[in-house]
Formats: sequence, C-alpha cells, structure tokens
Amino acid sequence: MAYPTGVPTKITQGSRTQGGIGESTLRPDGTLKVTGEFAYSSDLWHEDMLWGQILRSTVAHAEIVSIDTGEALALPGVYAVLTYDDLPTDVRHYGLEIQDTPVLAHGRVRHHGEPVAIVAADHPETARRAAAKIKVEYRELPVVTDEASATAPDAVLLHENRTDHHIGHVPHPNIVHRQPIVRGDVAAARERADVIVTGEYTFGMQDQAFLGPESGLAVPEEDGGVHLYIATQWLHSDLRQMSPVLGLPEDKVRMTLAGVGGAFGGREDLSMQIHACLLALRTGKPVKIVYNRFESFFGHVHRHPAKLTYEHGATRDGKLTHVKARIVLDGGAYASASPAVVGNASSLGVGPYAVDDVDIEAIALYTNNPPCGAMRGFGAVQACFAYEAQMDKVARELGLDPVEFRQRNAMEQGTLLPTGQPVDSPAPVAELLRRVKAMPMPPERQWESSEGADVRQLPGGLSNTTHGEGVVRGVGYAVGIKNVGFSEGFDDYSTARVRMEVVGGEPVATVHTAMAEVGQGGVTVHAQIARTELGVTQVTIHPADTRVGSAGSTSASRQTYVTGGAVKNACELVREKVLEIGRRKFGSYHPAWATAELLLEGGKVVTDGGETLADLADVLEGEAVEVEEEWRHRPTEPFDLRTGQGHGHVQYSFAAHRAVVEVDTELGLVKVVELACAQDVGKALNPLSVVGQIQGGTTQGLGIAVMEEIVVDPTTAKVRNPSFTDYLIPTILDTPTIPVDVLELADEHAPYGLRGIGEAPTLSSTPAVLAAIRDATGLALDRTPVRPEHLTGL
Amino acid sequence: MRVNLTVNGRPQEADDVWEGESLLYVLRERLGLPGSKNACEQGECGSCTVRLDGVPVCSCLVAAGQAEGREVVTVEGLADDEELAPIQQAFIDAGAVQCGFCTPGLLVAADEMLERNPSPSDADIREALSGNLCRCTGYEKIMDAVRLAAARRTEGV
Repeated sequence: MAYPTGVPTKITQGSRTQGGIGESTLRPDGTLKVTGEFAYSSDLWHEDMLWGQILRSTVAHAEIVSIDTGEALALPGVYAVLTYDDLPTDVRHYGLEIQDTPVLAHGRVRHHGEPVAIVAADHPETARRAAAKIKVEYRELPVVTDEASATAPDAVLLHENRTDHHIGHVPHPNIVHRQPIVRGDVAAARERADVIVTGEYTFGMQDQAFLGPESGLAVPEEDGGVHLYIATQWLHSDLRQMSPVLGLPEDKVRMTLAGVGGAFGGREDLSMQIHACLLALRTGKPVKIVYNRFESFFGHVHRHPAKLTYEHGATRDGKLTHVKARIVLDGGAYASASPAVVGNASSLGVGPYAVDDVDIEAIALYTNNPPCGAMRGFGAVQACFAYEAQMDKVARELGLDPVEFRQRNAMEQGTLLPTGQPVDSPAPVAELLRRVKAMPMPPERQWESSEGADVRQLPGGLSNTTHGEGVVRGVGYAVGIKNVGFSEGFDDYSTARVRMEVVGGEPVATVHTAMAEVGQGGVTVHAQIARTELGVTQVTIHPADTRVGSAGSTSASRQTYVTGGAVKNACELVREKVLEIGRRKFGSYHPAWATAELLLEGGKVVTDGGETLADLADVLEGEAVEVEEEWRHRPTEPFDLRTGQGHGHVQYSFAAHRAVVEVDTELGLVKVVELACAQDVGKALNPLSVVGQIQGGTTQGLGIAVMEEIVVDPTTAKVRNPSFTDYLIPTILDTPTIPVDVLELADEHAPYGLRGIGEAPTLSSTPAVLAAIRDATGLALDRTPVRPEHLTGL
Repeated sequence: MRVNLTVNGRPQEADDVWEGESLLYVLRERLGLPGSKNACEQGECGSCTVRLDGVPVCSCLVAAGQAEGREVVTVEGLADDEELAPIQQAFIDAGAVQCGFCTPGLLVAADEMLERNPSPSDADIREALSGNLCRCTGYEKIMDAVRLAAARRTEGV
C-alpha cells in the first residue's frame, strides 16, 4: 500500500500580510462546526415556537376537487391550517425567472409532492398527524413525461395561457425555452469528414442530496413584518419572491442566513420560506419548518435528466469537422432555472474544442415529472457526458489515442465558441489532459495482500462477491468547460460593506455581505482578501443578512469571483480613505505621504519601497471608515434566439479527469479505483479549499456515473426512491483517492486572476468514469448512471 | 413519559417525552444539544451518530425510552473543557470541514474507531466511516484528518 495518497499542488503565490490570499488559512467557522455549536437552520429554536408541516400531493397530475381541513383543525395542538384560499394577496406564484410555481396548489397539482396545504402545531408529530387528516379529493389527469407525450398535438398543457418571454419562440407551449446555436455550414463540413459518428445518450435525474434538510424559522415582528432565519443560496432572490406573496414591503421581510448544510443548486429555488412566514404571520408565533429526507426529495428541484443526440465528424488526420446535436432536458412541472440550463447546454454543447461548423438545438420541456433546476454545473454537465463519449468514439474510429485526439482539437485562448465569442483568457485544455495523463497510475491488483484479497478494495466490497476473479481494469479520460457567473446579459453584481476601525488598540476590518456561505469557504476567503488589501490581522465576518445589498447567488462558481471581487473593491476604497486620513494627520511629517505609492501591510502604512510611515492604529485613532459598494464583472449579452450568436459568457473553468476503474464483469459491479483531476483555477486564493472543492465536485460526478438516480415511474410520474435507502450517494468506501493537480494561469479580467472553480470538476468526472468502464468492458454504455444490468446484459 | 439518562457525563432528565420520540429528538429539542444532526432520520447517513454506553449508534433509530439509565456521548462531549479533542483539531487542520453537517457524526465515529484501532490502515478508516455520508468533501480531507489524528496520537504517546 505504498501508493501516495497526497495531493500534488503547484501553488507558490502568497501575500505580504499573514493570512492573506494564497495561503491555506483555516475556516473561521471551523471550531464551531467541530464542537456542534454551529447553528444550522434546523437547529434554530425560539420560545413558544410552533412546527410547520406541508401536505403534498400524492399524485403527479390531478384536479383538486375538494380540500377538507376540518378534522386537522380540530386536532388539539393545531394552530393553523392554510390552503390556497388563505393566501393574503393576489400574487400566489413565484419562480426564479418565470413566476409559474404556486405557493399552494390551486385547483390542480402538476407533479408528485406538490404543496397543497400547510399546518402549524405545537409538536412536529402533531403537525404531521394533522396534515394527514386533511382530506384532498383528486381527479387524476393524464401525465406527460417525455418529449413525445409533452409535445403531441393533443398533449395536456402544463401551463395554459403562458405570458413569459419565452413563449414567443418555442414550438410548443410545453417547451419552456429553446436555444439553437448555429455557426458555419454543417452540411458542407460533413462533406469534408472522413468519419462520422453518431450517438444517443441518456442522463438520469440527479439529486443534490445536501445533508442539511430544508429548514428555517420565521419570527413575526411587532411592526407586522416577519424575520426569517433561513438556509438558502441567495437571500435577496428569496426576498424578492417572498415579499409580494406575503403582501409585505421588502423592508418588513427581514432575512438572516442561518447555517447552511450544503446546497449544490438545490437551494436556489424557494422551499419552505413562504410557508413558514405565512404560518408565523397567521398565528402570531414563531414557526419552524424542517423537512425530513423523504420530503427533501420533493422539496427541491433536481438536476435535469436529458436525452442527447450527437453527430461528430472528423478528418483522417484527427480534426473535427463539425458537431450537430440535439439536447432535450426535462424541466418537470415548473420552470425554475430551465432557461439558463438550456443556455449552458447549447452554448457549451461541443465542449472545450475548436469546431467551426456547429448546429445545436437545446430545449427544456414542461412535463409532470419532478421540477428540475439548478445543480452544480447545470446544462454543461449533461452535455459533457455526451460529447466526451462521442470524442472517444471518434478517436476509436480514427485509431487515435483518445487523449491525443482531444488535444488535437483542444480550444486555446482566442478560440471562438460556437456562439462566436472568443475565449479571452487562458484555456489550457491540452495541458490539463497532459497533466492528468502524466500522473502516476495506481498499482494493479492493489487488493492483494499477504493475507489474501482485501475485499474492501474490490468491486462488491464487503459483500464479498469476488476475490479478484472476473475483475477487469479500465482507464478513461474526459475534459470539460463550464461558464463562470450568470450569463446571457444578466446583471450579475455583488455588494460588500467593509468597515475599518480600531478596537482594543488594534486595527480591525469588518466585512459584511449577504453572501450565502453554504460550506464552500467564502467566509474564509473574504477574511483573506481583507487582510491582503488592508494589511490587518483581525477580520470580523458579519453574519449575512438583507441589511446589506445583494451578493447574488452562491452558484455558477461565481461567489469568490463576484462577491470576492466586491470585497476587494470595497477594501480598495476603504484603503484610499484610510490613506487620506493618514495624509491629513501625518502628511507633514514625511514627504513620502505625498509622493510614494502607499500600501497597508502588517498593521502599518508602508511605502512600496518598504518604509513604514505610520501604524494603522494611529491613523484610525478616533476614526472609522466604512464603504458599501456594488461590484460587477464585465457585462454579457443574450444569445440570439435564432442563431445563438452572442457574447453570453464572462469566464470559463476547465478541468480534466482520468478515471481508473475495476469492473466485476460477471456481476456488473464497479469499483472506482482512482479519479485523478487536473484543473486550472487561475489563482488559488485558498489552496486547501480549492482542492476540497475539486474533490467534492469530482465525487458528485462519480455519483451520477455509477450510483445516483431519482427513479420516476414513467406511467404515473411518481418518484419511486425518495430516501437515502434507495437513492444512493457515494460513501467513503465508494469514493477513491482523488489526486489533484492545480494549475494557476491568471485570467487578467478577474480579481487576482482567479477562476470560479466549484463546478468544472463535476463535469468531466462522470464521462471519465464511463469511459473507463467502457474500456474495461468493451460495452457502448450510452446512459448514466450505469447499473449492474447494463454491464451484465441481464 | 420522563426519560433519565447521562449525557456527556451529566445526568439529564427529559419530561413530556412522547413515546415515539427518538433519542435524537430528545437530545436536539429537549436537552438543548443540537450538535447531533438530522440529515436523514432513517439510519442511512450517520449524521446523528452518538455513543450509547460506548457503542456508536444512529440516535435517530434509538427510541428515547431505550436510552433510559444509559450513558450517551455526543459531539458536544468530545472536547475537554476548552481544548478540542485531537480528532476535532485534525478535522479543522486538514480541511475536512466544508458545510459541516456530517462533521459531528463523523467525529464521534472516527473518535471511537481510533480508540479501538490507533493505527488504522486506509481501508480500516474507510470501513469504519462507511456509515457516515458526506456530500461536500469527497472524503479525501476526511481521510487526511483521521490519518493526522492517528499520527498525532502516536507521536504524543
């Protein structure tokens, strides 16, 4: 077992104030989290609080004939039972982009598990029992579950009389959004191709499976408003959607971020926010709602399942001629983030390759399946699974090494995307592949020991299904491209408030943003940025709330870039003000105050030559400096609705994986032995956190490769496996060693040259594992996740 | 009903406990010890792991009444007064904490394993922690943390 499990990283940059950017400083919330004191949203408690419970539909598609709440209300301990008729205003729907999601069902449910009524009671079990006593009579309607049934001429429409801004360009009202990307001349390019390879791929529905369940506490306030303590990814987006439904102005809906137990996209949409506030406002008491795991599977959107049809052409010398693709994403009953998922899938649909002739169409459907929306890498993840399978197929047709073939077609800085947008920062696609291929291979037959086979390292593990017989090794590669930040013209800004003052004789910076810390370590990075820019040791991170401007969403790999950028910008403005004070107080003592470039370092004002001019504590004595400022990355523009042309993205993130698997070919069991990753991060502000993100994202990609899938019954559209007993996420035994090689090629447009990093590793992990299983078994494998029956043919 | 138990060395008494309540619910909602977590409440994720008379259990699967008269140790009981337990410090130092929701259960499970097996192999660590799901880290930093705690323990002897 001498194989190294350490993490080779190549990070040398640092800052001149201790604890600044480039160092692996430790989480400020680490101690609270290891002692159990860190308060997650499900840990909140208030004297006299009630427990909320949601009644959800037991069928996927039905008219609601009647709802009888009488028995539930009569149960002792029940304080309120609310339905659609109790909603306080005419605004009764919400949504991230399209307000099509009912707060509570009105006359019809469109998917299994849709909220129908809500209850508040003095004990969670009483609330559950009361919800069970609500009588709902359904008249079932036929379900639409796929493209054929959803777009049939006589298909039931999920949303009649649509007025959203996509309805004008979709071919059927059960299509949320359609985005073609057309560039060059695919028909002519096809004539030049020596080989043409086609494929149809299926991507299963993945769940974010964050461990901290949806939860929060709503506290009614004396002024008629409400204060919600909530686990979310974007406080201000929640606020914007909640306030009109509650009939309260935004300043009467106060939001404070409670501890968040993971998110991965699943907290972009509202879950129990409005329900808890409605119950609190109705009863006049604090109301806490905590989903259990069963309800969590219904309480948030999932990753879009997809059908992807691809055609790739290439010349004999290994150059791609064209890519033609059709990507059908199932958005389920409500729109959620579907339009953006379509935008990513289509615009990044050929992957990190230079191809001049492209014809892609992506659509998202409305169906009666569970609503789908944001999950780590959305749109780009599904496309990467398919285009990387295609790249292997073409390489095989050409008799080329799959890595070599990818490198010959790899995009570089300056390459035009199929949208016509040039990639204007480093795009080290070929280099990442080279690096990941160069990493040492795990030894063969590592399960063998002097005492016989260690079954823990074999497919099937402690089920003791093999001691090595029938086990075949395979190796596969993949690489992907993900856009960073909100694209397509969205005004993607963040706000930071930074204050600097003397406390107890020491200069202290306080950073206040509304950024949702969901585990990614944004709070760590904010403190590092403040130390680097302001030269202080002590940084206080203010709790995130809506008393400061929006920080945008903790998603799209954007927070370190955008809110990090906002913190940096605010710090720079604070620094200017501090230096102004310094010049006023001390300028007459030293000419350098007027003539030199001045920096804040190690608690002092210094010249760029290193001469100390003053202690910050003296400069700030009796003064406090505070700045709140919005910060934006470069603007983007929408894609043309007909051609898909447009500068829609601001930055890209690239990762490559090599998967090594061992497959028990007789039983169809897979052991992933190693998942090596090379990723360009631009600049690692916190190397330890960077590697943690890459390893975590890689493991979620492993999950969708061989384990994870929400199974929806195709005839009833009901979810069959809403539990961790039946929906399996990788355990520590399923997860291999994940060596990481971090490359830092600065993007000159971004703060410190950094790149958003959270999502890219989730893209290429899945197709690398699939490629390795294909390598081991020789099977085509056109769907993910791979299950034993796909490998044994049974 | 009333339940009497010892939690982290202190005698505790919970009143008005409904017979269906789990030990996890009593710890979290009645005894003010929310450190043990509620990620699945069906014994699959290990986030509620506590020690019951020394043995690691999913407290969500233990009826509160079953804990009558017994000794429970939760994540809140790992640290010695003001000093973190070695496994806690190792989780911080190794970067094994992201969202942290799985952390309390992992700490209790890892602490118990190191007590039994002070020099675990990687396969031993994976086997011992296979009942604890983590969705953020990909487990690599958790492996690092347990190795670090084991190494520090050995060095400290």
